[in-house]
Amino acid sequence: MMSPTLVRRIIKPAVFIACLLPLLWLVARAFEIGGGLGANPVEKIQDTLGQWGLRFLVITLAITPLRDWLNAPWLIMLRRMLGLFAFTYVLLHFLTWLLLDQGLYWSGILEDIAKRPFITIGFTALVLLIPLAITSTNKMMRRLGKRWKKLHRLIYPISLLAVWHYYWQVKADVREPLIYASIVAVLLGWRLWKTRRASTRAASQSAALARDA
Amino acid sequence: MLIKRPRPGDSARIQASEITPESAYVSRRELLGAALALGIGAAGMGFSLRADAATTPLKFSRNARLSLQEEPNSYEDITTYNNFYEFGTGKGDPVANSGKFKPTPWSVKVSGEAEITGTFTLEDVLKGHALEERVYRLRCVEAWSMVIPWIGIPLAAVLKRFKPTSNARYVAFETVHRPAEMPGQRSNVLKWPYVEGLRIDEAMHPLTILAVGLYGKTLPNQNGAPLRLIVPWKYGFKGIKSIVGIRFTEREPPTSWNISAPDEYGFYANVNPTVDHPRWSQARERQIGAGFLSARVPTQMFNGYEKEVAQLYRGMDLRRYY
Repeated sequence: MMSPTLVRRIIKPAVFIACLLPLLWLVARAFEIGGGLGANPVEKIQDTLGQWGLRFLVITLAITPLRDWLNAPWLIMLRRMLGLFAFTYVLLHFLTWLLLDQGLYWSGILEDIAKRPFITIGFTALVLLIPLAITSTNKMMRRLGKRWKKLHRLIYPISLLAVWHYYWQVKADVREPLIYASIVAVLLGWRLWKTRRASTRAASQSAALARDA
Repeated sequence: MLIKRPRPGDSARIQASEITPESAYVSRRELLGAALALGIGAAGMGFSLRADAATTPLKFSRNARLSLQEEPNSYEDITTYNNFYEFGTGKGDPVANSGKFKPTPWSVKVSGEAEITGTFTLEDVLKGHALEERVYRLRCVEAWSMVIPWIGIPLAAVLKRFKPTSNARYVAFETVHRPAEMPGQRSNVLKWPYVEGLRIDEAMHPLTILAVGLYGKTLPNQNGAPLRLIVPWKYGFKGIKSIVGIRFTEREPPTSWNISAPDEYGFYANVNPTVDHPRWSQARERQIGAGFLSARVPTQMFNGYEKEVAQLYRGMDLRRYY
């Protein structure tokens, strides 16, 4: 059994640093350390940040199932941090698009958000992530009570939107987006299966109670 | 703060007026070789070493009249960032995966509506034509662009030698199919072999060339060695690479990206800022090599060749024939 102190003192800081590595890699490459960012640096930055945003979303979504499958309750202690990293990478991905790719060319930006479905979808996912990031503090958890859990179920549609955004963006090679889609399908499918099973059990229990009465 | 990459006008860039001298390539090669020998050569360096080693210098003269005055992109940008799905779908894949490809010996099969048909060696196809340098802008359908000093010959001069008949209203091209040397062909991302086509008047236009080199040397594998098409007013995917088949046809030939997604890629594929790709805008483009902080620039009608080619499409609805 992992002690909470070990998680808090060692594992969590280690995971925190690991989560920063993709960002540090980008910064190093931007300064030509260990190689550059290639012929199209803006695209490279944007793609790398977007990809890690999606990966952290999927990792965050995997925490609860992994906790059950591996019988490792301590994993939950990492979930908030991972979720906030997902938000950070997605936000940086968006800002790269806004500042470096579009160069604050507002008419183009607004047209893209309104007219290009894959951008509309990505933008929606980002907007939906904002309340989750804001309500991630202990104080907000306490204040929202039961509603907090409900609100944070937004991660389910968000992860679907994120995969869809990726799928619609590629030109012909959809293999990688489909890998993410299958992982998300498993993670969400497991939750659905668990809820169903719980409600069937509850139903059969109440049926049994009624019979006994 | 991000480091600014060299941009057109910077002294760090190769000037349009001067082709990188052979000695510079050689010394770079030696440097890379030394780096590899010391064991510090990254995989990527090994690939660029191989790409350089496989190309040979060409004799050519510059066609200034049909060349852009703009500074070309660096040799590195042109040869490490491009689409060639036969070697993978990432833009770094062509340089990484084309080392096994053998562009020599090479032959081209000419068929269809022409008096002279048959299989010709590349040398035969090129015989009697003087090589020209043409500095063209390449506008990718993905909304980025580069300026490239191609070495080639006008397609019209080559086609005329085969004496196309009056039935020859289109020309179809085909890329080599060699899954053993082209790993991308082992997956069905596109239907292989890659095929492209032009209307005969487009094919005969003086701007259309068959390229055999860039930056004064033969084409590296990743850029379509040994023979490729360049149609500068059309999106890059029309520029079919590693051509083994030329066929004169009466009907519009099928084209690969049109087969793959007909609502997104048309037969004509003329660069047109007013007709968007269904999923993204074509109004502006990112200039490769312009640096982190430079904004996209407006895309020009027919990629800036409107004066030369607009008459080919007079009376056509370019929204319908995209």
